[in-house]
Amino acid sequence: MTETREPVTGPALEVRDLAFAYPGGTQALFGVDLAIGTGERVALLGPNGAGKTTLVLHLNGVHAAQAGSVRVGGLPVVKEHLQEVRRRVGIVFQDPDDQLFMPTVRDDVAFGPANLGLRGDELEERVVQALTAVGMEAFADRAPHHLSFGQRRRVSVATVLAMRPQILVLDEPSSNLDPASRRELADILRSLDITMLMVTHDLPYALELCPRSLVMNGGRIVADGPTAQILADEALMAANRLELPFGFFPAQAEAERAGRDARRP
Amino acid sequence: MSGSHAHALYFHGHSAVHRLAPETKLVAQFLFVLIVVATPREAFWAFGLYAALVLLAAAWASIPATFLLRRLAIEIPFVAFAFFLPFVGQGERVDVLGVSLSIEGLWGAWNILAKATIGVLASSLLAATTTMAEFLTGFDRLRVPRAFTSIASFMVRYMDVIADDMRRMRIARQSRGFEGRWIWQTKAIGQSAGALFIRAYERGERVHLAMLSRGYSGSMPEMGAVHATTRQWLTASVLPIAALPVCAIAWVQQA
Repeated sequence: MTETREPVTGPALEVRDLAFAYPGGTQALFGVDLAIGTGERVALLGPNGAGKTTLVLHLNGVHAAQAGSVRVGGLPVVKEHLQEVRRRVGIVFQDPDDQLFMPTVRDDVAFGPANLGLRGDELEERVVQALTAVGMEAFADRAPHHLSFGQRRRVSVATVLAMRPQILVLDEPSSNLDPASRRELADILRSLDITMLMVTHDLPYALELCPRSLVMNGGRIVADGPTAQILADEALMAANRLELPFGFFPAQAEAERAGRDARRP
Repeated sequence: MSGSHAHALYFHGHSAVHRLAPETKLVAQFLFVLIVVATPREAFWAFGLYAALVLLAAAWASIPATFLLRRLAIEIPFVAFAFFLPFVGQGERVDVLGVSLSIEGLWGAWNILAKATIGVLASSLLAATTTMAEFLTGFDRLRVPRAFTSIASFMVRYMDVIADDMRRMRIARQSRGFEGRWIWQTKAIGQSAGALFIRAYERGERVHLAMLSRGYSGSMPEMGAVHATTRQWLTASVLPIAALPVCAIAWVQQA
């Protein structure tokens, strides 16, 4: 890719007054405003149909903004910057079978960087690095459909990491994972030094990984604050069809985390 | 779990033949089959030699002969009609155990049977030593248009996914007391097929979306820049080169 690298300025991600209606006429976004700073890990919460996925598809230009704007590191998401925007924003989709389409794990992880013009040793290095980051380097020559679901989810993350994005966007990263795979993925995500936006219904997961949360409902951002505070706000939670799992208490979880962190050397 | 090489015809191994670059094996197998087909049918000994060559190659690849011989079953429907040729053939006839058979038909049947059998043996050997992913790489390196290799690779990748969808839908039908045994029950099968098609179509859209998100711009990037070495080409060509004089001598004898 001969495209000149645009300078990175401002917040990692900035969405202003974003509105969008599907061709059928259903309006999904009614003026979304948000900003995410470099290095932040943010959860995007909200009921089904709130517009979360529609918003995500705006972040890398799959949907074009009909009103308002999206900027990634200062670069507006418009047609002429599409390739660069897709390099900067890596989206991990919910179903790994949608993401992984090549005959081997190695080819799949190489697909993104190859689209960016990398070849040979440089490409191989990206692949190995990305697979190592998710602990899947031993599986490079396997076929995706012979991996377990959790392994496929991790490879999906690697396919995006291989593009060295500035922002990692995850759509329901913990869905369909068994508890051990869910925890393994959390460990991996925590180890990545990258700005992260995580769309999820899994509120304990959001609390565990994301210091900050956004609540979306009816095509708008209706709350933005520390995750623990949002989960503790019963009125806000009820108004947006958000519910904590039985027996889960955010304050208790936070205290446990503080204790665990204190015990760590 | 056995990795990317789990197709039914594959025989896991680490022999020199397994390690050969796939494009060399594809070309070698193609040339070998051409030579076999070009051999005059009267040269019985030549076909014996060809079969011996394939079995030698199989031994070199550590593929048990029984594995290859079992694969021969696949040719049965294709050569079935060859068995009719001696009965329906024209021209001079000969009596075998009281049955009148056409000589021309017997030659025709032998010709089809011998060449098909050796062709299937050689193909089985190729399939037994080459993974699905390697086939795709091989075709790609042989400059087969990328549109074809991409379609083939999508098929390989999603066949299992769709078969799994199908299996789940069947179990869900059965769980509701459906047997699919009577003619009036075909409607439900048809509807399931329709639903399956829609699902596959939607999956295609989601896959495309995910590809776009990783910078796909309409053509698959070329990745594996590694090509077969001269040595690998030479190794693979042993089989067709050994077969060539056999064919030549058979023709000389004929003349």
